[in-house]
Amino acid sequence: MLAYIIRRVAQSILVLLVTGFVAFSMFSFVGDPVENMLGQERTQADVDRLREQLGLDQPFVVQYGKFLQQAAQGNFGLSYRQGRPVSDILAERLPATLELAAVSGLLALMGGIGFGIFTAIRRRGVGANVIMTLSLVGVSLPTFLIGILLIYVFSVELGWLPSFGRGDVVEIGGWTTGFLTASGLKALVLPAITLGLYQMTLIMRLVRTEMLEVLRMDYIRFARARGLRERAINFRHALKNTLVPVITITGLQLGSIIAFAIITETVFQWPGVGLLFINAIQFVDIPVMAAYLMMISVMFVGINLIVDLLYFAIDPRLRIDGKAGGH
Amino acid sequence: MSDHQAEIETRRTPGRLARAWDSDLAYSFRHAPVAMVSAAVVLILVLSALLAPWIAPYDPFDPGSLNLMNGFTPPGQPNAFTQETFVLGTDDQGRDVFSTILFGMRISLFVGFSAVLLAMVIGVVLGLLAGYLGGWVESVIMRVADIQLTFPAILVAMLIFGIAKGITPPAYRDQMAIWVLILAIGLSDWVQFARVVRGATLVEKSRDYVQAARLVGRRPFSIMIRHILPNVLNPVLVIATISLALAIIAEATLSFLGVGAPPTKPSLGTLIRIGQGFMFSGEWWILLFPALTLLALALSINLLGDWLRDALNPRLR
Repeated sequence: MLAYIIRRVAQSILVLLVTGFVAFSMFSFVGDPVENMLGQERTQADVDRLREQLGLDQPFVVQYGKFLQQAAQGNFGLSYRQGRPVSDILAERLPATLELAAVSGLLALMGGIGFGIFTAIRRRGVGANVIMTLSLVGVSLPTFLIGILLIYVFSVELGWLPSFGRGDVVEIGGWTTGFLTASGLKALVLPAITLGLYQMTLIMRLVRTEMLEVLRMDYIRFARARGLRERAINFRHALKNTLVPVITITGLQLGSIIAFAIITETVFQWPGVGLLFINAIQFVDIPVMAAYLMMISVMFVGINLIVDLLYFAIDPRLRIDGKAGGH
Repeated sequence: MSDHQAEIETRRTPGRLARAWDSDLAYSFRHAPVAMVSAAVVLILVLSALLAPWIAPYDPFDPGSLNLMNGFTPPGQPNAFTQETFVLGTDDQGRDVFSTILFGMRISLFVGFSAVLLAMVIGVVLGLLAGYLGGWVESVIMRVADIQLTFPAILVAMLIFGIAKGITPPAYRDQMAIWVLILAIGLSDWVQFARVVRGATLVEKSRDYVQAARLVGRRPFSIMIRHILPNVLNPVLVIATISLALAIIAEATLSFLGVGAPPTKPSLGTLIRIGQGFMFSGEWWILLFPALTLLALALSINLLGDWLRDALNPRLR
């Protein structure tokens, strides 16, 4: 088990090193930011001053060393577009994305497990069939179309919910939250559903499959023979054993929720890091792109690592086997 | 005499078409109504995209044929000023929505097919090499695949698009956007192909026919291409079909986000992006019809892929 953990940690560090190299290469190979930042009417003196200010006059190796050193401290220099420190911009945008991701993740988890159990227990019922069919359509619908559809129904036609932005936010010690105001909560509804829907169908299908598998087992049949009530069998015995793969997949999906937030944030003009990243690509704002890449890879690698280690904590069978981590 | 013999031969073995009709695959196809409908939808959409220059009533990219007076004409109703009628209406610049959809679908399909082809070629080659050669080649390839798999494909595609955009000089960006898209989506999607091909190659490698080919003295590359490749193609086909739907959605998503096909060469995603702006002012047709087309395309290819997976590999059912 220890060998496995060491191997896993080493792999995570390797991923971070590779993404770090990619992020740095973006600086050295992509375009001339000075071209982008200064307008048509520029003098050579302007160009030189800006190059020096951005540290672009230094040799490759010096820039690389500086990059590694700075990145470790969370410093990615100035945004080419806004001329402000990237770390400040990210810190200001991050709460919006994390709140959105947390709410959608929770929604996906609760909805997914709830519907999954329902469709597994009432396998032949009409309700279960309707849900399964809807989930198929939901998987085929691109995220941005779901967002547009929700905006059309609830903002344009019904006028119930706002179609863009975050509403009013309250600032608590550098963290802006939309949870505390009515308009903030209202603004959160549509984006959270848009972002959570796909993950919810995934979790639902997984829970359903696992549940059907478990319900077929001998110990469930034995529990029935003992005369336990359906409720106790379904929830205390069956559900418990479906949760291991569900936790793994949910954990891994957390990463893609943050990535897919890019799409949702663009549809709803949600002022988070995803929207920032898309704008950075459009304007070739390399420092922002690089910083986003590093931030998201730290998150992904961290989540994957935690999930893998949790696997051992949750499933005692893996601990006894020791090396049998072959999932 | 040889003529006579040939005649007997043809009489005994039915033609290629008849044999294809009798095959397991065709049998399963004829008994899957969903697959047949999806295939019909895909066929119609692909054909109309291919024939767009001849079918489309207007050329949406010819500024000479555009009349701004025709802007915002609702579908099927005559325009208030020019009395012209458009089946699916017009957008803000007076472009016929039906024509822009046909041309847009052409770009979406072109990008989708090319990207999957690129991903397939890269994935199959690397998968074969990793599976057959093993050793450090395998370690390097599969490690890279693992690292890439840490990130969702759409994110990788965005990143590649951003980097490629940065490398291209600003004057060529719009022109190159389509190729950059193909590169971005193709490179973000090769891992699946490589993993499956590597797995299948490992199985085939130990089979007798490969050992025999080795003994005869065939070189590794010709064994890989002539002997192993044909035997690992089935799963590759299935992944390619499902990847095609994903690639079309990925392209639409990127274009919708404004990091894909430019407004001068709009794909379905770009059209939806443009249409979204008119949702609030009541011109619903500019958004709805491209969105429905994208949906029909992605859904039917997806269903076709599902059927193909089940038909080619009954064990997965």
